[in-house]
Amino acid sequence: MSVYGVAQFLFFLVVLAAITPPLGRYITAIYEGRRTFLSPLLSPLEHGLYRMTGVNPERESNWKQYALALIGFSLVKTLILYALLRLQYWLPLNPNHLPGVPPSLAMNTAVSFVTNTNWQNYAGETTLSYFSQMAGLTVQNFLSAAAGIAVAVALIRGIARRQAETIGNFWADLTRGTLYLLLPLAFGLALFYAGSGVIQNFKPNLHYATVTGQKAVLPMGPVASQYAIENLGTNGGGFFNANSAHPYEGPTPLVGFICVLSFVAIGAAMTHVLGRMTGHVAHGWAVWGAMAFLLAAGFFVAYHFDAQPNPLLPAAVAQARAPGNPGGAMEGKEVRFSLGGSDWFAVATTSTSCGDVNSMHDSFAPLAGMVLLLNMMLGCVGFGGVGAGLYGMMMLILITVFIAGLMIGRTPEYLGKKIEAREVKMAMLGVLAMSTLILVFSALGAATPAGRAGVYNPGPHGLTEILYAFASPTANNGSAFAGLNGNTRFYNWTQAICMLFGRFLMIIPVLAIAGSLARKKICPPSAGTLAPQTPLFAAMLVGVVLLVGALNFFPALTIAPILEHLLLHAGRAF
Amino acid sequence: MKEQLWIALKMTLVMTVLTGLIYPLAVTGVAQVFFPKAANGSRLRRGGEWVGSRLIGQSWKGPEWFHGRPSAHNYNGLASGGSNYGPSNQQWVAAVTRRAGRWRRVTGQTRPVPADLVEASASGLDPDISPAAAAYQAARVARARHLPLARVQALIRRFTRGRTFGFLGAPRVNVLELNLALLRQR
Repeated sequence: MSVYGVAQFLFFLVVLAAITPPLGRYITAIYEGRRTFLSPLLSPLEHGLYRMTGVNPERESNWKQYALALIGFSLVKTLILYALLRLQYWLPLNPNHLPGVPPSLAMNTAVSFVTNTNWQNYAGETTLSYFSQMAGLTVQNFLSAAAGIAVAVALIRGIARRQAETIGNFWADLTRGTLYLLLPLAFGLALFYAGSGVIQNFKPNLHYATVTGQKAVLPMGPVASQYAIENLGTNGGGFFNANSAHPYEGPTPLVGFICVLSFVAIGAAMTHVLGRMTGHVAHGWAVWGAMAFLLAAGFFVAYHFDAQPNPLLPAAVAQARAPGNPGGAMEGKEVRFSLGGSDWFAVATTSTSCGDVNSMHDSFAPLAGMVLLLNMMLGCVGFGGVGAGLYGMMMLILITVFIAGLMIGRTPEYLGKKIEAREVKMAMLGVLAMSTLILVFSALGAATPAGRAGVYNPGPHGLTEILYAFASPTANNGSAFAGLNGNTRFYNWTQAICMLFGRFLMIIPVLAIAGSLARKKICPPSAGTLAPQTPLFAAMLVGVVLLVGALNFFPALTIAPILEHLLLHAGRAF
Repeated sequence: MKEQLWIALKMTLVMTVLTGLIYPLAVTGVAQVFFPKAANGSRLRRGGEWVGSRLIGQSWKGPEWFHGRPSAHNYNGLASGGSNYGPSNQQWVAAVTRRAGRWRRVTGQTRPVPADLVEASASGLDPDISPAAAAYQAARVARARHLPLARVQALIRRFTRGRTFGFLGAPRVNVLELNLALLRQR
C-alpha cells in the first residue's frame, strides 16, 4: 500500500461527506414537490410531460399500484429496447454498419439495462450502433436509475407517514428524478468529461497509419453523454468493452476520481434524504457511517492483498513498489490510475451497484477479487446503487432492529414504527432471494457442461468466475470477471433470470414494507428501543450485514478465492 | 393496468426523445464548439497525416522506439480489454516470464523489469508506461539512435506527467509523445 493510494481514498471520503447534506437536501426538495432553483426552467417541461403522458401527479397510489406501475413500465421498456437492438441495422446513426443484435444477447442486454444492472455480454465498439447506445441504453440508464430512487423515496415516505394508505405517485417520482436530478447533473458531468478527453461525436471509426506505418483504427462515438449517466445512475455499462479502463472513457486520474464520486454521491445523499424526511437526521448519518465503514474496510483489505507480490512470478519481474515504479500487480490495470486508484475504483464500483470498471477484476489477487465478489453478495450496500443501496440496506436495518428486539425480548421498533412479523418476513424474503439466486445458479453453472464451458481460468479461480457471473447480475451490479464468456445461451438466459428476480424480488418486498409501515401509528420510543442514531446502531448494522454475508457465502468463498490464495502461496499454478 | 401500460408506453417514448436524443445531441453540440480536439479523440498529426491519438496506445517495433505495455489484443482499436488471466494461471506466469526474459536480453540488463512492461494493461490500449519502464528502455533507444543517453533521459523527464494535485493517479510517460519527440532530435 502506498501513502498516495490511501490519500486518494481518504480525500474521497471527505469530499463525499461534504456533498452529502446539500445533495440530500436538494433530493428531498425534489421528491417533496417543493420548488428548487431549477424549477423556473424545468417546471414547464415537467408539466408538459405530465400532459403528454396523461399523468395526474397529484393522485397518489397505494403500494400495490405503485409496484404495478413500475413493473408495467419495466416490461414495456424491455420490449422496446429488445426490438431496437434487433433492428439496429435499419435504424439511423449506424455509420459502422453493424448488424442487428442476436436474440438471446439482445434479450440479456435489454433486461440488463432495464434492471439497472448493465451486465454486458457484448463488446460495445463492435456490437452496438450509436443509435442503440443513445436512444437504447442511455435512456435506460436514466430511467432505471430514476425508478430505483423512486422506490427508495416511496419506502422513506412509508416510514415517515402515519396511518396513510398511499406512498406517492410513481410517474411523478420518475419524472421529477429524471428532470431535476439526473438530467442536469449528467449534462454538467458529460461536458466535464468531454473537455477532459472522453470523446463525443458521431464520426465513423478513424482508420490511420501509426508512426511506424502499421494500420490502426480509432473508435469514435457519443461516449461522454453516456458515460456521465452510466455512472451517475450506478448503471455502469460502458460504451466500450474495457469500460472506464478505455482511455476514451477514463482518460485521466481526475476523470476517474469524479467518476467514482458521481456513482457514490446519490447513494450517499439518500441516507440524508432518509434522515430529513423522517425527521431523524442523525440516524441518516449513522447509516452513512455504516456504509462508509463497509466501503473503507473493503478498500483496505483489497488494496492490502493486491499490493502483495505474486510468489509465482520470477525474480526477473520487479514487484516491489519504488518511486516511478508501480509495483507488481499491473496485469489488467492502467498505469495512469495507479494500483491504489484501480483498487479503490474496483471496491467502490462493487460496493455500489455501478459495475463500471477501470481495471480487469479477473486479474486481481485472489483475496482482493474476493472482496469485490463479497461486496456484491452483501447486496451492494457500501452506499449502494441510486435508491437500491438505501432500500437494500433498509432490509438489513429491519433485520438488525428485529435481532436487537429478540435480544431483550421486546417488540422491535424503528423510527417510531413497530416492526412486526410482516415486515421482517418481507425483509427476509429479499435477503433470501439474493443468496438463493446466487448460490443455486452458481451450483448449476459449476455442475453443467454449459456453465463450465464459459470458464476461462482453470482451477479454483474458475469457480470464482462462475460465482461472480451470478452475484453481479443478481445484485444488479454489472461488473465482471470478464474472462468468463457469458455470451452463450446458458449465461444469457440464467443471468437474465438473476437480474429480473434480483431487482424485483427486492423492489416488491420493499414496496410492501413501505405500504405496511405507512399504515402504522407512530409510537414514542421506549427504554427498549435501539436508538437509531448511535454508533452502537451503526456497529450492529455492520455486524448483521457481515453475519448474513458470512453465513450465506463463506462455504462457497472457501473453495474458490480462499483456496486459490492458499494454493498460490504454496507455489501452485493451474 | 391497461391505463398504466399506456402511460408506460408514452413515458418511454417521450423520455427516449428527451434523454436519448436531445440530451446527447446537446452535449455533442456544446462539446464540439468548446472542446473539439478532446471530443474528437485527442488526435495527433504529423506532416499533415493523423498518426494516432495521445490517449490511445499503439504498437512499436524495433530498438529505436520506446515500447508500450503488452496488449491482450495487440493494440486493436476495436477490441479493447485485458488478458483476464487470473493470478494463478500458469499460462499467464509463462507469458510474463517470457516477456521479462526478452526485455533483459534485448536491453542487456540484469535488473528486474518493471511490471508494467511485462503485464498486459486493462484496456489493451494503455498509452502510458511508468517512468521506471521508460528508464529501463533508455539506453537501448539511445544506442539505436546514436543519441547521448543523457539526452534520452532528459526527454523522459520532460514527458513524465506527475500525479494530479500531487496525489491522484500515478506518474507516467506517454509513449507516443515521447517517441514523436525522439523523431525531432535529429
